Amino acid sequence: MVTRTSVLVILGRVFVRAFLLALAVVVIYPLLWMLLNGVKSNAELFANPFALPVAWRWENYATAWNRGVGDYLTTSVLVTVASTVTTVFVSAWAAYGLTKVSIPFSRTVLILILAGLMLAPTVALIPLVKMFQAMGLHNSFWALLILYTAFRVPFTTFLIRAYMMDLPAEVDEAAAVDGASKSRAFWQIILPMCRPIIVSTVLLNILFTWNEYLFAMIFTSGGALQTLPVGLTNLMSKHGTDYPVVFAGMAIAALPVIVLFFAGQRYFIRGLADGVGK
Amino acid sequence: MTVSNTAWKPAAPPSLTPPPALRADRPAKRGTYQRWRNLVWVLPAVLLLGVFAYLPLVQNLGFSMLKWDIYSGRQTFVGADNYIKMFNDPIFWKSLLNNTLYAGISIVFQVFGALILAAMIEGLRSERWRGILRAVYFVPSAISLTVAGLLFYFIYEPRMGILNAALEFLGLGSFTQAWLGQENTAIFGIIAMSQWQGFGYCTLLFAVALQRIPTELYEAASIDGVGPFRRFFSISLPLVREMSSLMMIVTVSGAFQVFNEVMVMTTGGPNNSSQVLGTWLYRSGFVRNDFGYAAAIATAVFVITLVLAVLQLRLSKRRRIEW
Repeated sequence: MVTRTSVLVILGRVFVRAFLLALAVVVIYPLLWMLLNGVKSNAELFANPFALPVAWRWENYATAWNRGVGDYLTTSVLVTVASTVTTVFVSAWAAYGLTKVSIPFSRTVLILILAGLMLAPTVALIPLVKMFQAMGLHNSFWALLILYTAFRVPFTTFLIRAYMMDLPAEVDEAAAVDGASKSRAFWQIILPMCRPIIVSTVLLNILFTWNEYLFAMIFTSGGALQTLPVGLTNLMSKHGTDYPVVFAGMAIAALPVIVLFFAGQRYFIRGLADGVGK
Repeated sequence: MTVSNTAWKPAAPPSLTPPPALRADRPAKRGTYQRWRNLVWVLPAVLLLGVFAYLPLVQNLGFSMLKWDIYSGRQTFVGADNYIKMFNDPIFWKSLLNNTLYAGISIVFQVFGALILAAMIEGLRSERWRGILRAVYFVPSAISLTVAGLLFYFIYEPRMGILNAALEFLGLGSFTQAWLGQENTAIFGIIAMSQWQGFGYCTLLFAVALQRIPTELYEAASIDGVGPFRRFFSISLPLVREMSSLMMIVTVSGAFQVFNEVMVMTTGGPNNSSQVLGTWLYRSGFVRNDFGYAAAIATAVFVITLVLAVLQLRLSKRRRIEW
C-alpha cells in the first residue's frame, strides 16, 4: 500500500541524494579542471574551457618546477616541519603544566594562553615588522618559524589540554610514587598516551602552515625563502601569460596536502571530535 | 588507548630523590620554590605569546598615534589624527561593509547551510557514502587559499573561465561578464569562492557533533512517528547548539580577518570596491607607506574581534569549554 506520506518521504530522499551528488560535482569539478589545464597548451585553454587536453603536456609540470616551484616547495616543507614540531612540542609542554602540575597563577596563565585564540595576526603585523627588523630576523626562516609557533600555540594547547584533562590522575600519581620526575612522566607516560590528539594537532598545523600567506608574504622577500602560497602569486605575476604552467604549479602546491588529508583522515576527524566537540 | 611497553622504564633508584627528612625541614619554603620552578612548563608558550603577540598588540596602540615614514624613519606624534582620518575615509567604510557582507553571507552558508548539509549526510543509511561525501566536501579546505583564489580567478576569467562558458551553455549568455573586473560583482565573486572553500570544514565539524548525539533519541522519535523535519528541529538542532555557537564566532571573526583571497584575486580592486580591512591595512602601510594609519586600522580590527569574542562568551555561558 502506497500512502501519501511514503511517497513524500521517497521523493524527499531522491531530492536529498540528487542535491548531495550535484554539490559533490560542484566541489570537485573546479579541481579537476585545474589538473587538466595543467597539461594543456595555452591555445587549447582558450579554445574550449571544458575540452580535454589533446596532447597531454606533462612537461608543464617540469617547467613550473624549474621556474621556482621546486624551491618554494622545499621552503614550504622545511618551514612546515619545523614549525609544526615546535608548536606541538611547546603546546603539549604547556598543556601538561596546566593540567598535571601545580603552578602559581595557573588561571591567569591559562587565560593568557587561550585568549590568543581570538588574536588576529593582522592586528600585530605593523609592530612585528619593526621588531623583526630590529632583531635582524626580517626576511629569514626564523621569522616564519617564530610567528607560526606563537600564533598556533593557543589553539594547539587548547586541543591537547582538553585531551589531557580526561587522562586519569592516577597515571601521573603512579609515576610520582615510582620516583619518576615530572618531565620523565611527561616524556615516557603522558606523551605516548596523548598520541591520538598529537597526531591530529600535527595534521591541523601542517594544513595551516602549508597554506599560510600573510606572514609569509610580509616576512620573506627573497626568492628561495618564499613558501608555496607566496611563490605561486610570483609565478602568476612573472609568467602570467603561460597559464598552463601556473595551473601545473597550483596542482603541485595542492596535491601533497590533499594526499596527506586522505591518509590521515581518520585521526583528523577524531582530533576534531575530541578537541572541538567538548 | 594504550601505553606502549617501550615507553615504560623501571623507576629511578630511590636514592636519587631527596630523603624525606630534608623536605620536612622547611616545608613551606621548599613547596613555594617548587611551585615557582614548575612555571618552566608554561614558560615557552607564555614567552612566545607575550613577546610576539601581546607586546605587538600594545605597541600597535602607540604606533597608531604616530605619523611614520618608514623610509626616512621619521616618527612624529599626531595623537588621534590617524583615527580621525580613518573615520573620514570612505575606503575604510567600504572595507568594513565588505567584511560585514563576508560575515553575513558566511553565516548563511557556513553555519546554517553546513548544518543542514551535515544533517542530510548523517541521514544517509550507507556509512560508506557518508564518509565519501564528508571527505569530498572537505577537499577544498585542504588546499591553500592562494590556490583556491587563483583557481577562481581563472574560473571567472572572461575568455578561458568556465563560469561564463557554463552560462552560455545554459542559454544564460546575457549574464556573462568580467566577474572580478567590475565594481559591483568583484566582492561577491570573492565571497562565493570563500564559501566553496570553507563550507566542507564546517560540514565536517557539524557531522562530528551530530554523531555524538545518542542514536536512541532518534530511534525513540521514529517509533513515535516523527518525520525528518521535526527530528532535525527538535533533536539535532538543540543538541548541536554548542557547536553552532562556536562555528558562528569562528566564521564571523574569520570574516573580519579576510586577507589572502582578496589579495590573490583582486588586490582590493577595481577602484577599491573589493577592499577589506586586512588588505586596506596592508595597502596603507606597505604600499602607501603610512604605517601609523595602518596601525589605526589594525586597532579597529582588534576592537571588532574583541567585541565579537566578548559577545560570544556572554551568549554561550553554558558552553562546557572551561576558561
